[in-house]
Amino acid sequence: MLRTLIAAILLTMTAGLAVAQQTDGVRVSDPWARATPGRAPNGAAYLTLVNPGVGADRLVAVSTPAAEKAEIHEVIMEKGVMQMRPAGPLTIDAGKTVVLKPGGYHLMLMGLKQPLKAGDTLPLTLTFEKAGVRQVAAPIGAAGAMGPAGGPTAGADPHAGHDMSQHKP
Amino acid sequence: MRKRRSRLQTSRRLLWIAAGAIIVVALVAGLERWISGIGPQPGAAQAIGGPFSLIDQEGRRVTDREFRGKWMLVYFGYTRCPDACPTTLNEVAGALEKLGPLADRLQPLFITVDPARDTAAELTSYTKAFDTRILGLTGSPAEIAQAATAYRITFARHEMPQVSDYAMDHTSVLTLLDASGRFVIRFGDQIGQDRLAEKLRAFLEKG
Repeated sequence: MLRTLIAAILLTMTAGLAVAQQTDGVRVSDPWARATPGRAPNGAAYLTLVNPGVGADRLVAVSTPAAEKAEIHEVIMEKGVMQMRPAGPLTIDAGKTVVLKPGGYHLMLMGLKQPLKAGDTLPLTLTFEKAGVRQVAAPIGAAGAMGPAGGPTAGADPHAGHDMSQHKP
Repeated sequence: MRKRRSRLQTSRRLLWIAAGAIIVVALVAGLERWISGIGPQPGAAQAIGGPFSLIDQEGRRVTDREFRGKWMLVYFGYTRCPDACPTTLNEVAGALEKLGPLADRLQPLFITVDPARDTAAELTSYTKAFDTRILGLTGSPAEIAQAATAYRITFARHEMPQVSDYAMDHTSVLTLLDASGRFVIRFGDQIGQDRLAEKLRAFLEKG
């Protein structure tokens, strides 16, 4: 009897711990992807990672059945030259939010099995060092879209641009 | 004693003048560099743009001269670029729509920096996903390099051995040339379609 009670208590505690981990871990929100133009074999997906926990976590791997390979990439602008570089694993510090968006981080999808079409959804599996595996479905917006469809940045004007140089005729 | 003090004062004054002169020279030099970095660049009209001979998406040879009479909006990129290039072409497509009939005065060009993989057929399917008015151009590596140099675009192949693929680093800017092929202005690739349309409208309305 006592043994059963202890077992029950232990079970409840571990279950509680598991739930706590689940809610404390990194949250994935607003996933979205861009439709691929023409026969482009590479695509990009974006999302927001929120870490409400007390410790940092890291996004270590990304995969999707839609592409042969998926990686975390970063766009770096150096003197107007665009460079795309692998940027994983991606650290999300405690209490911080990391937004993957055009011109910054993206999930680079390489070797798409078929073009990504606007209106479809892209399944993504994200693996975190601590939070474990998370699965999300990313709605696919237009090619070159700047935010999730229907979102405040669905249009292509989220940033104020800068003229590089100017010469009036 | 007084003479000595006055000499001391004179040399001190000279020291101040010298220090002042150095500061003024440094400020002018700094200002000059700052202005040349952001402002109108004298001589830039000759330096950016120029003749090119490339292959269009129908496989036809075209030169810059064919576009005389139209303003040219030129972007260098490649079709396997999933972030900066679609962002920019989407801005161009949005701006074309906002410009309405005024867009007839403009020829947007998408010149690949990855001619090894971007054939005419690849470019056609890529550009038409944004707007059929955007014309994709490819060419031999030497022809692409020549055009890029003329437009002051740098590009380089960046190997990604872990996925046995490569990316192309490239200057990501939109270059506007007037109907005579003279350089007018460059826009950053995150200008946004509203601002791009507004800026283009101001130029195109002039002629």
